[in-house]
Amino acid sequence: MLSVSRLTKRFGGFTAVNEVSFELARGEILGLIGPNGSGKSTTFNLIAGALAPSAGSIRLQGREIVGEPANRIAHHGVARTFQIPRPFRRLSVVENVALAAYYGQQERPSRENAFAQAREALALVNLPAEDSARVDGLGAAGLKKLELARALATRPQLLLADESLGGLDETEMHQAADMLAAIRAQRGITIIWVEHIMGALMRIVDRCLVLDHGEVIAQGPPQEVAHDPKVIEVYLGSDAEDVQATVAARTG
Amino acid sequence: MQIFDSFLLEAVINGILLGGILALLALGLNLIFGVIDVVWICYAELIMIGMYSVYYAHNVYHWPLALAFLACVLLVAALGALLHVLVIRPVLGAEPINQLLVTGGVLFFLQAVATLAFGVEFKNVGVSLPALQIAGMYISFARLIAFGVALGGMVALYLFLKRTYIGTAIRAISQDRGIMPLMGVSPNRIFVLTSAIGGALAGLAACLLVLQYDIHPAIGLSFGPITFMVCVLGGLGNMVGGFIAAFIFAQFISVGGYFLALEWGYVLAFLFFIGMMFWRPQGILGGK
Repeated sequence: MLSVSRLTKRFGGFTAVNEVSFELARGEILGLIGPNGSGKSTTFNLIAGALAPSAGSIRLQGREIVGEPANRIAHHGVARTFQIPRPFRRLSVVENVALAAYYGQQERPSRENAFAQAREALALVNLPAEDSARVDGLGAAGLKKLELARALATRPQLLLADESLGGLDETEMHQAADMLAAIRAQRGITIIWVEHIMGALMRIVDRCLVLDHGEVIAQGPPQEVAHDPKVIEVYLGSDAEDVQATVAARTG
Repeated sequence: MQIFDSFLLEAVINGILLGGILALLALGLNLIFGVIDVVWICYAELIMIGMYSVYYAHNVYHWPLALAFLACVLLVAALGALLHVLVIRPVLGAEPINQLLVTGGVLFFLQAVATLAFGVEFKNVGVSLPALQIAGMYISFARLIAFGVALGGMVALYLFLKRTYIGTAIRAISQDRGIMPLMGVSPNRIFVLTSAIGGALAGLAACLLVLQYDIHPAIGLSFGPITFMVCVLGGLGNMVGGFIAAFIFAQFISVGGYFLALEWGYVLAFLFFIGMMFWRPQGILGGK
């Protein structure tokens, strides 16, 4: 459903993303991993249309989306969450999500439907959907859920999840990972997930794409990637054994 | 001296009525700044154009006053949208000082155009409303109407921002501009719409002011600066703050004018403003 081909982004003399190509099938969960500064967020920004690529092509269900404004790309079915949640703090929780439901879909729902869809999305991520719920009342985990609910409310085909579970405890982390898996199962949404916590990511992704210095250094199923010497060298390091154990537990 | 005489009460009431107009003036400017992050230095000149439009529609082309008012609001709303598209949009990413200068340039442009097109002599729509006499106090009927309409306009804007999706989007975009496209909102369209609403508020103010003041090309200078001070005192971009500041300012002008002379009322208000800028430069309800 997504076909990225030779995607490149240069900032002045610095190449943040260099000839990245990959394909994604409907309903797949792809883990996008790599060290800090390897080009993961830039790749997200390029797909979502927040940045214009220097070269390359991005096809969503056969349609070229490079050059389209971000709001049109959202209407074509791409949603994203941010690593650092960016809610509208002066709007209520429901308003935050309803706004996305109202504006984010190709066909604009009625006011009542948008609120109903917002409550549905909030239920999906286990957040309170009362009118009185304020953004300030949510903790770190709650804000990440709100971010996810807002993305889901646009009824995306493709979800770009910049999750960063870093601030969460073990239970919350697994809940968040399971939530992504459940969303894929229930709604058939294709997901690209950026995450540093390999223990959570490797449990649920179908495939990994590993970036380093803006280039793809490995791609394949978790069991392959976790044993790839190059990936261990530039990214997994001493965690390699733990990651391999996670992957083994999953397949076995 | 007896403090609570009816003249003082009259001054306080007139202050409240003046506060309503100042609050309306500040509202449009705060809306624009809060959402687009640009100050329309030429805001009062849009009002001036609106006042002329009422004069020409009503006194020259003999439209009914209500129709002239409606045309004024629509015209200034269109001017607001045009100002955004032609002047603001090209400098949206520029330094704030450049944005100030460019709208400052529009101020002088509009003044010059008005002088060339309408001449320098004072014009008046000639609608004189009686002063109401209540318990020995004189209350200007024009001011009372202006106060009521200003309050009504503010409530309407509040409901619009609170109850409609476009309103919610306007409130949202003022908090995080960058994220809006990801929800399928085009910031550009919201900005043009907000500019048109800001213009419509200026047009509404023009309709109310035209009942009380003569029209001339430099009329904007007599309430432009005070509008900015009200906005800054309340916290630029903060509509509630602007509302409170408008009534504080109006009381200084009105009650200060009662105890001393009218001009002293303005002097006191400005001194208070300067003092406040030392104490709370971010404004009454401003952020940082």
